[in-house]
Amino acid sequence: MTQLVIIGIYLALLLFLGVFSSRMFKGTSKDYMLASHSIGPFLLLMSIFGTTMTAFALVGSSGEAYKEGVGVYGMLASSSGIIHSLCFFMLGIKLWSWGYKYGYTTQIQFFRDRLESDRIGIILFPILVGLVIPYLLIGVMSSGVVISSITEGAFENSFAAYDYGVPPWLGSLVISLVVLIYVFFGGMRGTAWANTFQTIVFMVLGVVTFFVISDKLGGVQAASHAVLEKNPSKLMRGVDPKDRERYSERYNTWTLIAKYNYARRILKTLTLTPEQKAEAYQEFKPRMPNWEMTAEAIYASKNKLYTLTNEETNKALLTQDDREMPDPFPEKWQMGLMSHRDLREYPRKANAEDEKALLIFAGKIGHPEKDLDPNDPSKGKNWTIKKALGVYRASNWAPDAPHPMSKLVFFTYFFVPLSVGMFPHLFQHWLTARSAATFKLPVVAHPLFIMIVWVPCVLVGIWATSAMLDGSPLFPPHFPANAVLAAMVKKMTSPVLAGFLTAGILAAIMSSLDSQFLCLGTMFTEDIVVHYAGKDRFTDKQVVFMARMFIILIVAVTYGFSLLEPRRVFTLGVWCFSGFSSLFPIIFAAVYWKRLTKPGVYAGVLVAFGSWLYLFKESKYALEPDYTFLGMMPVATMVVVAAVAMVGVSLVTRPPSQETLLRFFPED
Amino acid sequence: MRYAIYGLVVVLIIIHQDNWLWDDKRLIFGFMPISLLYQACISMGAAFVWFLATKFAWPHHLEEVTKESPAQETGETK
Repeated sequence: MTQLVIIGIYLALLLFLGVFSSRMFKGTSKDYMLASHSIGPFLLLMSIFGTTMTAFALVGSSGEAYKEGVGVYGMLASSSGIIHSLCFFMLGIKLWSWGYKYGYTTQIQFFRDRLESDRIGIILFPILVGLVIPYLLIGVMSSGVVISSITEGAFENSFAAYDYGVPPWLGSLVISLVVLIYVFFGGMRGTAWANTFQTIVFMVLGVVTFFVISDKLGGVQAASHAVLEKNPSKLMRGVDPKDRERYSERYNTWTLIAKYNYARRILKTLTLTPEQKAEAYQEFKPRMPNWEMTAEAIYASKNKLYTLTNEETNKALLTQDDREMPDPFPEKWQMGLMSHRDLREYPRKANAEDEKALLIFAGKIGHPEKDLDPNDPSKGKNWTIKKALGVYRASNWAPDAPHPMSKLVFFTYFFVPLSVGMFPHLFQHWLTARSAATFKLPVVAHPLFIMIVWVPCVLVGIWATSAMLDGSPLFPPHFPANAVLAAMVKKMTSPVLAGFLTAGILAAIMSSLDSQFLCLGTMFTEDIVVHYAGKDRFTDKQVVFMARMFIILIVAVTYGFSLLEPRRVFTLGVWCFSGFSSLFPIIFAAVYWKRLTKPGVYAGVLVAFGSWLYLFKESKYALEPDYTFLGMMPVATMVVVAAVAMVGVSLVTRPPSQETLLRFFPED
Repeated sequence: MRYAIYGLVVVLIIIHQDNWLWDDKRLIFGFMPISLLYQACISMGAAFVWFLATKFAWPHHLEEVTKESPAQETGETK
């Protein structure tokens, strides 16, 4: 309940800030959408940083490091430090100057002028909106999930299906409403202020959490040495031989369990007598969770108590790992034995663990604050549904195979942060700057800010792989990576800090959501309604009114989508960024290449869109999270083919008029 | 000077690909994985290069825009 109160106070503060900033609102559309170009260096730095760092900065960085090791910093953070500032320096300042000079509010207004094309707006508008909406959904959905996990047990009798915490749909609704209210009243000024406040909150809380957790783990050195001893591969990007050996041993044991379970549950050809079980247990050490089944499986195998054909063995592996059983069963697997890599080719059944875990652990699931056995408190507290799912996964699924990070993927990840060059919400933030000099601070400090947030989170993530609490591992195998930070905070710190950190995570989420909502409202109003109905048809007040109504509509639509629980939306994140990156050549050429033509841009946009669709389909619509094309991140191909199409078509078509060239390149 | 800055950015991109640390699990100062420390230094290097850019390659002519902007004088948006 403490966490819930802290979150409530934090949200109330934000609302106050939004309403307060609206008192400075001048009533004009330019003030509502661009804060009248009044934002200074500090506010610009904080609002841009807050906008580009989503929930991924805190939750995703620690989660990815938990899964992949320290390499994620180089792949996602230091590359962004270089590329983001490059975009601010090379694109942001120039676009700001044209926006200031010619009165642009949106990217599409700029493209329409620069390319002398009205129709470019019709092509770009749905693509940009289509790419921003999944990005928004990630924020809305993660806010609900974060609130739900941290408030487990907050209610006495309500929301049992959500472990007695706030249901994700309610958390998402509250966050959407809070962001809606402060964007509605405060416009861009409120957004910039709120972003600044929230960025300070999540940076400070991130650092505080780092020190508290490292202290609980016995200090930074002890925490890192535990990783060196137990999971050395997490400290590098290759695979340590020790990890390979451990995995091999664990996988062999797991296959014995799979075969044993298949023989006794599916074929029903094996039942151990109580004497055999006693003998199995007597021989077995060490006694880790699920040790009884492991002991029985090893005993049965050693004493050759069952025989399985290759086909049965393969089916045993697929069944144990909850994979889809191919129908008809492939001939090659009737003869040969599947490796772990072959096994992973078959998708895991959707929500396979839900039903089984709830059935197996029904007697243990209940209110997490109440004792499992009221007559014997030593048995501990009731399990949450999440814990039951975790125990099921850890005791049933195959161990994760250690894998090295690909050097080519690491290098081509550089193309992903190019997306900031085409983010429409960032474009709008750039235009809020008071002067060109305002950009100096964001350009220099952005890489440092990324470092301040990411380095502690990456360290916490790798420590989580080897941390022990009360003599047992802090996290079981297959623990959901994105829940690592919240779970660590909950288990290792006080409810007050947990509440504050949740506020910090929500701050990171909301500081992106607000800009995106405002930007979509602005685009609908400026690029569609005002553009096609005519500028003189509406008063300034009406324009602001329309922008606000569109924002309400977008919040409602996004929230509606989030209720459909499109779980794969999280894996869509990188695809959404890749889509923006594939359009980077167009914005770059529009700023620096006089020979760029309207047909060239059409070709670039269509090829970018086409290649995105093709590769997205090839990745089985994001079902394959590790999908690569030619061994590289798919985005690299998209950017290259879009650039080639744009340059090729531009060179063979009529260049822009002299008037346009003089307007944008007067110095030449 | 502008080209020198862009050259430094290219150098950053090249040295970011630290293949020589791929299999190195050493801890520096007893707690910091060497590849994480190296990449954190890349972040600091990036900040330094961008600092140089603001000193020696800043597009000062764009700062004049605020003095000569017709759209701003009339308060227009597109």
